[in-house]
Formats: sequence, C-alpha cells, structure tokens
Amino acid sequence: MKTKTERKYLKLSGLEPMIVSADTNFINVGERTNVAGSRKFLRLVKEEKFDEALDIARHQVEGGAQVIDINMDDGLIDGKEAMVRFLNLIMAEPDIARVPIMIDSSKWDIIEAGLQVVQGKCVVNSISLKEGEAEFIAHAKKIKRYGAAVIIMAFDEVGQADNYDRRIEISKRSYDILVNEVGFPPEDIIFDLNIFPVATGMEEHRKNAVDFIEATRWVRENLPHCSVSGGVSNVSFSFRGNNTVREAMHSVFLYHAIKAGMNMGIVNPAMLEVYDDIPKDLLEHVEDVILDRRDDATERLLDFAETVKGSKKEQTVDLSWREEPLQDRITRALVKGIDQYVVEDVEEARQSVAKPIEVIEGHLMSGMNVVGDLFGSGKMFLPQVVKSARVMKKAVAYLLPFIEEEKKKNPKSSNGTSNAGKVLMATVKGDVHDIGKNIVSVVLGCNNYEIVDLGVMVPPEKIIQTAIDEQVDIIGLSGLITPSLDEMVHLAKEMERKNFNIPLLIGGATTSKAHTAVKIDPQYKNAVVHVNDASRAVTVVGDLLNKRSNQKYVGDLKEDYEKFREGFLKRTKKKEYLSIEDARANKYAIDWSSSQIIKPNKLGIQVIENFNLQKLEPYIDWTPFFRSWDLHGKYPAILTDDVVGEQAQSLFKDAQELLQRVFAEKLLGAKAIYGLFEANTINDDDIEITSKNETFQFRTLRQQLKKHAGKPNFALADFVAPKQSGIQDYMGCFCVTTGFGTKELAQAFEEDHDDYNSIMIKALADRLAEAFAEYLHEQIRKEDWGYATEERFTNEELIKESYNGIRPAPGYPACPDHLEKLTIWELLEVNEKIGVELTEGLAMWPAASVSGYYFANQEARYFGLGKIKEDQVKDFARRKDMALDDAKKWLSPNLIE
Amino acid sequence: MKKIEEILQERILVLDGAMGTMLQRHKFTEEDFRGERFKDWPIPVQGNNDLLSITQPEAIKEVHRLYFEAGADIIETNTFSGTTIAMADYEMEELVYELNYQSAKIAKEVAQEFTQNEPDKPRFVAGSIGPTNRTASMSPDVNDPGYRAVTFDELRIAYKQQVEALLDGGADILLVETIFDTLNAKAALFAIEEVKDERDIDVPIMISGTITDASGRTLSGQTAEAFLISVSHIPMLSVGFNCALGANQLTPHLEVLAKKTDFGISAHPNAGLPNAFGEYDETPEQMATQIKEYMDKSLVNIIGGCCGTTPEHIKAIADLAKNYKPRVTGVAV
Repeated sequence: MKTKTERKYLKLSGLEPMIVSADTNFINVGERTNVAGSRKFLRLVKEEKFDEALDIARHQVEGGAQVIDINMDDGLIDGKEAMVRFLNLIMAEPDIARVPIMIDSSKWDIIEAGLQVVQGKCVVNSISLKEGEAEFIAHAKKIKRYGAAVIIMAFDEVGQADNYDRRIEISKRSYDILVNEVGFPPEDIIFDLNIFPVATGMEEHRKNAVDFIEATRWVRENLPHCSVSGGVSNVSFSFRGNNTVREAMHSVFLYHAIKAGMNMGIVNPAMLEVYDDIPKDLLEHVEDVILDRRDDATERLLDFAETVKGSKKEQTVDLSWREEPLQDRITRALVKGIDQYVVEDVEEARQSVAKPIEVIEGHLMSGMNVVGDLFGSGKMFLPQVVKSARVMKKAVAYLLPFIEEEKKKNPKSSNGTSNAGKVLMATVKGDVHDIGKNIVSVVLGCNNYEIVDLGVMVPPEKIIQTAIDEQVDIIGLSGLITPSLDEMVHLAKEMERKNFNIPLLIGGATTSKAHTAVKIDPQYKNAVVHVNDASRAVTVVGDLLNKRSNQKYVGDLKEDYEKFREGFLKRTKKKEYLSIEDARANKYAIDWSSSQIIKPNKLGIQVIENFNLQKLEPYIDWTPFFRSWDLHGKYPAILTDDVVGEQAQSLFKDAQELLQRVFAEKLLGAKAIYGLFEANTINDDDIEITSKNETFQFRTLRQQLKKHAGKPNFALADFVAPKQSGIQDYMGCFCVTTGFGTKELAQAFEEDHDDYNSIMIKALADRLAEAFAEYLHEQIRKEDWGYATEERFTNEELIKESYNGIRPAPGYPACPDHLEKLTIWELLEVNEKIGVELTEGLAMWPAASVSGYYFANQEARYFGLGKIKEDQVKDFARRKDMALDDAKKWLSPNLIE
Repeated sequence: MKKIEEILQERILVLDGAMGTMLQRHKFTEEDFRGERFKDWPIPVQGNNDLLSITQPEAIKEVHRLYFEAGADIIETNTFSGTTIAMADYEMEELVYELNYQSAKIAKEVAQEFTQNEPDKPRFVAGSIGPTNRTASMSPDVNDPGYRAVTFDELRIAYKQQVEALLDGGADILLVETIFDTLNAKAALFAIEEVKDERDIDVPIMISGTITDASGRTLSGQTAEAFLISVSHIPMLSVGFNCALGANQLTPHLEVLAKKTDFGISAHPNAGLPNAFGEYDETPEQMATQIKEYMDKSLVNIIGGCCGTTPEHIKAIADLAKNYKPRVTGVAV
C-alpha cells in the first residue's frame, strides 16, 4: 500500500506511454514545431503547407524527441485554428502521435482548444501567477479536468523570476496553491525556472545559468515529485551564428543542470554537442561562462569563439533505406506511410514498365499486400493502414496523367483505370455501426475509386435504387450486429431478383467468410466477397473490376466459396452422437460367408536391414515435400506454377542434389520390420492376433457420429473376420525407418551455418520413410501376403491408394490413439530389432519413421474416427485396463467437449 | 448500507452480463419497439434497444432480475446509446433525458427489491455510458485527416445530459464503457466532473476501454498503458476493459493495468469471439475457466460479462468469485 515516501512519477501518453521515472534519462522535448522558434515552421503554417509542417514534427520524433512542443503564437496567424488543425493532423500520423504533445501558448483559449483534440495526456506550456491567483487556480482546475500535466513558469504578479531567491519564492508559492488548494497531482507539475542568456556583456546576466542550476537543485529537493524543465537554447542566445560555441554551451549547461535535477527540456538535438567530445580548450572557456567562474569569462569566450566558427551539422535522420532496391523502397514508403519520396520512386517505376498502370498493379499493390499482411497479423494498426492508403493515393495521383495519356495514345486498349470505378457503400438497415465501413470507403477513395456512401441504417430499396441510378460498379455492405447478417442475405436476394450483374462486398465485425459463403453467396449469381479489412478491400475491388481478368477471378471466387461452403456444412452440421452400443450395432458388416480371405504366404515377423534407399526414389510423393517448405500446389504442376514455380524448381533442384548424395554416399540408414499374423475380431472392437503362440489385442475405436440411414459407424475391427464366424483371418503390422543418420547430418549442416540443408535433409528423410512404407506395402501385397500378385500401379496411382487393402497408422484419422503403437512395439520387438524407439509422448525416434497396420480385405478402407463420446473412452479404458483419466488424456483431441 | 468502496475491499463484485443478447430472445418486432406511444414515429426504430426501457419496461426489468438472481452485485442501465449523438440515428434526441431517467429508475426499483430481501448483499445500479457512434480523434474522411465528425464540446454536452438523467433516475455508479477513442471518454469524464462539481456530490466512476484487435490497441491507436495514463486524472472506482475480445485475449491487457494502477480493476469480456453467424458460443463453464485465471492471478475487483453473456454465465462467474479475495488496491477507504 501507499506510503508517504513513495515516489510518484510524471506519466504522459501519446499512443504510447511515457513515464518520467528516476531511471529515465533527460526527456528531450522537440522544439522545431514552434512558430516562435522556427521560421521555416512559421512560414509553412502561414502558407498552410501542413504536409511539410508535419514532416518537421516527424523529423523531431525520428530524431529522438520524446515529447513535441507545438506553438502557434504569432500575430499573423489564427493561433487557435492553426493549433486545432495541426493537432488533428498529427493525430492521424501514428509515428508522430505515439509521443505526448506539449501544447504551448501564452493564450488560454489556444491551450484549451488544443486540450480538446488530443486523446493522450499532454503537457500544458504554460501557466503562471502572472495574472494573479484567481486565474491561476481557474486554469489549473481546468487542466486537471482535461487530464494534462502543466508547466509552471517562474512568473508572478511582480514579474519574471530572474535570480535564485525569486525562482524559489515563486515556485514554492505556485506549488502550494496547486497541491493544497487545487488538489493538483504534484507529479504532474513541471517548473520552468527561466533559462536566460549568459555572456551578454551585462553584469547582471553573469549568474543567469548558475542561478537556474541552483534553483533547480532546490526545487527538486524541496517540492516533492515535481519536475524541472526549460528552453535550453536561450542560454547561448548571444552567440547566434556560431553553432560550434552554441552547441558546446548547450551541452555544458545541460550537463550541470541535469546533475542538479533538471529532467526535461526543450532542446534541438541537432544543436547539441556530446559533452565528452567538446575540445578541452573550448570546454574550459564555456564552463567558465556557464558556471560564472571568472570575471573575464565572457571576453575570453568571445575571443575564442572567433577561432571556432563552425560549419553546419549534418542531418541525422536515417535515410539508408533510400539505397535499397526500388520495390523495397516503395513497400517501405507504403508500410511506414512516408509520402516524401514516393513520387520519385513511382516515377522510377513508371520508366521501368511498359504501361503506367502496371506500376499500380505491380509495385504499389505488392506494397499494399505487405500492409494487409502486417495488419492482419496485428503488426500494424488501423491508423497506420489508413496512412498507407494515403501514400498510395499520392502515388496514384501522380500516375493518373500518364495513364490518361496512355489511353489517348492507345484508345483501343483502354483499360479504364483512370476512373477506377464507382463503389456504393452502406451499413444495412437496423444497424448504426459505420466506422469499419468508413475506413474501407476512405481507403478505396484513396485508390481512385468514386465512393457513394449512403451512411447507416440504409433500407434495401434505397441501396438497390441508388445502385441503379448511379450505375455503380460494386456494392459494399457493412454491419456489426447479428441481425445485419440477415439483412445482407435479403439484399443479395434482391440483387438477384433485379438481375444485377455487379459484385457484392460484405464486411463488418460479425460477418465472416463462412456466413458469406453459406448464406449470402448462394443467393446471388455474381461475386459475393467477404472482405474484413480495409487494406485487402483495395486488392479485392481491383481484381473484381479489372476488365482483363475479372471473369476468371469471379469464377475462381464462386468456386472457392462453393468449396468453402461444402466444407463448412460438412463440418458444422449439428452433430448427434450415438452411444457406443448403438454405434456397434451399426458397424460395417462384411459378409464373411462370401468375403475372400487369402492366407499370407509368409506368416511371422521379418526384418529388412541395410536396405538400398535408391529403390525408393520412384515411390517418393513430392507434394508434401513442397508443402513442408510452405509452397502449396501439387507436384509436378507446382514446378510450372505462375507464382511459386520458380522457387519450387530451385528447391526441387537442391533436393535432388542432396538426394543423390544421400544415395551415393549412403548417408541415411533404412530398416524395416513387419509381420503378418493370424487374427480375428473379438468383443466387437478388439482384434486378437497370435504370434509365436502368444496372443495380443489391438483395441480399435469406433465412429460415434450419427450417420445418415445406411451409413455405418466404422472401426478398423470391422475389416477382420470375427472369431465367432469361425473363419481364420489375418492382419499385419510394420515399422519402417529411413531416419538413421539424419540427426548427425542435420547437425553437421547446422555447424556449417547451412540451415537450409539442415531442414532439407529432414524433409527428405521424411519423404523417404513414407516412400519406404509405400514400397513395403506393395511388396506385402504382391509377395509376403500375396493377395495382389497381379497388381501393376504407377507411382501416381500408388499415391492415390488405388490398390486393395489399407495400412492405417496409429495417430492418424482412422486410429488417432497413439497407444496402440505400444502393442506394435511389443509384438514386433521394434526397438530391439531395428532400433526405432518410442518417446514418452509415443512419437517415433528417429523421426523419419512410419508404423502401422495392414488390412487386406478388399472392403477395408480409410476413414476418420471423428469425435467420440465418453462412454467409449470408459469402455476403452476398461478394455486396456488403464485409468480413465489416462485414457482421456490420450484421446482428448477426439473427445466431444 | 455499506458503501461500494468498502465492499470492494472485501470481495470481488460481480457485474451483470449482456442486455442485448437477452433482449434478442424476445424477437421484438418493429411494432413491439414502437409500442403505442411511438406507433407513428416517422422512421424505423427496431434495434433501438434503449427505447425498450420506455416501450417494454417489463422485459428490461426481467433481465435485471435474472442477473441479480444469478448473483450480480451491479447491473447496468439499458442506456448504452443514450446520448443525443447516438440517438440522432433514430431522430430521438429529444427523448434522451427520459430514456436515461426511466432506465435508471426501473433498474433502481429492481435493485431495491433485491437489497430489501437480502440487506447483507446490497445491489447497485451502474449508469451505462456508451462511446457514441462518432470518434473525436479520428477522421471519417481520409482525404481530410484533420476533419472531425464530432467535437469535444458536443460530446461533453451530450454526456452531461445523459449523466444528469442517470443520476436523477437513481444510478449509484457511472460506467463509461466500451471506450474505443479515449478522447470521447475524456469528454465524458469532463462532463461527470462538471456535474459532480455543480451538485456537490461524489459518484463512484467505472471506466472501461476496448482493445479492438490483435495489435493490442484501442481503435484510436493507444496501448493499454497509454489509455490508462490518459484517464487516470479522475478518481475511479475501477478501470478495466470490456467487449471486443473474449476473456482469454483480455488477460495480457488486464495484467498491464494491474501492474500500473492503484485503482480497482474491472473486466467484462464477451463470451468468446462471435462465430461465423454472429453468435457467441463460449459456454458459462468455458468462460468461467478463463476468468478463473484472472482470479488466480489476482487481477480483478469487478467482473462481469459483455456481448453474448447470459445469466448462466454470470452465475458461473459469481460462483467462482465467491472463493477469491479481490485484488488489493491502493484506494483508501
């Protein structure tokens, strides 16, 4: 709990917090956005060049200002209006608005106007006792209510404090009034103890710096929790024109003032020398002046100053990104929202392509896609995205005249992009939420689309009528509340009824691709697209309205939504589950009297060692290999894919090289163990097998989802003849590995800093293990079991599993419990014979291993177990003689919640 | 009757759950919304839930009752959109005072019933003050980023009217909630301070922001801590977050608050995130499991539910809260 001695800290905020604690270094307040201090800024504000004025603010923040001071006090501008306008603009620039604002004015109405437009906790600069206590108190109360900190000038009814005693007198009085009468939090009080110039030649100015420093020390020691600030450049005023000396003076002054307790100040970082870098002779002369150490200090410094007239400092904003390749620069400009160079970059891009429109479709869209991805993954937030859109607009605006010209020159190939299209936007009837819709509207607007915004609660008739009257190219609907979803469905139906032929966009917080696909898309023959973030909207609308390719795009969309719909409906139907008894009653019933059962040629357990891996090459299924590298597509088509083809080819080439090395140098060890046994199903779901006069049981799990009439509830046990049928049946199990040596190889690559090949070897070993399983299964079918001696399948057909019989693996959909691996290991003595181990989590080691069962019955098939009920888990635990909780743990992914 | 500040030191207080979710069950038609009094209103009013305090008061009271029965200590008035700014969509600006007054009055009646029957567990009414549908620090027009659709003063005046009506109707607490733009909230807080000053009263204030997306920021771009700093100038009963995210996604942001403030902490999350059909399907048990984490970590003083929560959710939460001590705050009794 709180104690009196607890230190309270000044806390400010922009979009991000800023806390001035004992550990914080000096807080640097940016001063360039001050019309009184910067002629350039004043000129820009007068000429209403606010874009450039914002650049000044941005440079301050990029240059390290932790707070920016904004001052519009000038006789020739409307200070209040300029303050509000500039602050509003800053709020739209997240890279500036992240820091707190210091609202600087001598006029109360400007301060108050500023306080009303900033969401963060600001600093008011400043108030004082100049006009008496009553006004001081009134303003302080208001500031407290607005939630800002305040700078108190050392000024009272008599005048400005210009010596040590007056500084102390005024600050103590101000502090007591604020803390005791107003109830102002002491940590929100910052004193500006007046920094005055030294070395002016006037005797009474000699102690200006020392008095400030000592008064600072007194305030920090005697007025708990408050801060001390000041405008540093004043101190060197008499050396205007000599930046070398001024910079040294600023550093020296700060060095001593900070030691005394000054913890924030208005400093131009470009006008600051590093204390330790000040040449010794200059330092001595400057310290003499600042600390008033000699009577002739001023004269000595003036003389010395003549010898060190300095040159201008280099700007310190990091522009190294300007050296990067063109696309990187454009992407960065879009991501960072920097519009300063975008025109020159876009011009460079324009010269590199055949038609100006290609810059929009290529360079700019790639950049916007990065923005979309960052936004989607939470690495950018909305205001930044909106800024990106503005840079985009600027770029497009630059390109438009070129596109126009291109059209004139080449009227036949008019691509119609100058007027990108007309988009109707509306929040549907009954819904008043429009923030998201507005964002999409503005972002599209930036991209040269004409927006017809109908606002909120728009009845469907109005949307339809406006769309017809305005001949819009696209309709965008938004809604946040649940009933809006039905409104959207209704509107899609209306559009169909009126025979519309334009795309429909759906967005808003409760909308989803699923709802769009399932409920809206089927109502309307043209495209219906769910777009849930603004940055994506641009790409989608662009694709929809691109006359060259939109027919294919719309076709693809329709297909995509249809697939999605089917998948979704399959997944989300209200599911009912049967009791395990009922599920067993609905088992898959093979007619055992007529089913063909073939006795294996070789019963018992076999081991393969030192297998020649090269034999596996034709059996490799490459599609999953590419997937493991995040390249999606089917092999071999992926090698010629438009998007990833090039990358896929290069990857494939590297894989082949390493694979041939693996074959030639026998880098990986392959082994297998398998066995075929007499087997029968007992007690519905268990398979009992006999090996060397010992019996083992495999416990299978049964589907419990309630099926349509006539569809059975499968368990693997259904594929083996039941004992009571009197028919002797068979099954097998196996484990193959190609993983020996993988770990060592990967390690060797890693030590070589070759992560690429380290991943590659693991991916290849996995593929080889699968290939080995495929190879072995074929050998079993044709020889060891011999039920398919005639089969001739291509590799492609093997991958499609066109053959009879199955080899399901524990841990996969038909038998998702890994526990049965333990039985396989015990039965085949896998570990002892070929050295493949089971980890605690029942994973196989080496990882490139495959284990499973063989079922030969021609009616055997793969299926997914799906969700099961607790009654089966109980039954399973009883059959396996294990604790229910253990069984639940292993089966939890399949348990109904 | 014990003051709420005292009770807050002793146990975790339970706030109610969603009003809208409960009202949806009635499937009120346009006619139901209108009632006899507004049968000739020129524009549709369906969806104006605040209006139901006048046209369907029994339905509102019933929801309040269900939440109290479920174990809530505090219920929120049905006034989320009760400002002239939000009511402009229904052209009902003139009704704002009455809407707030009636909503507070019927909530208070129900609260009093329960307090009388169970004096050891006093029930409180929090006047719900929503964010309005405009943002004071963002422009709706990207071509004019300096434009604002609403000013601080417009908000302040609208909020002041709502606050006065809520207090006149009997609200015990003022709850500024679902804050997506801190500047809107600052206007509401400014208005509340004005009313407190003019009436020379003190009213407990709860403040609740909304983190809207994966970036962990408010819609207007502030981080949780920046939000906290921006509203901490007002003495608060509690500060916290509600809506937008489910209970589990809210945890890191509550941890920030818990570390950085001495005020009480509140949370009223949604029942998970809405599914594809706009329904919230986190069950009471699932939600309680996640909220248990708040309590295990000692993060909260006031806990309730937002969108998609029902009396069943609140009961599960209340049953859980009984077993825990509240987070220790720095607020002196």
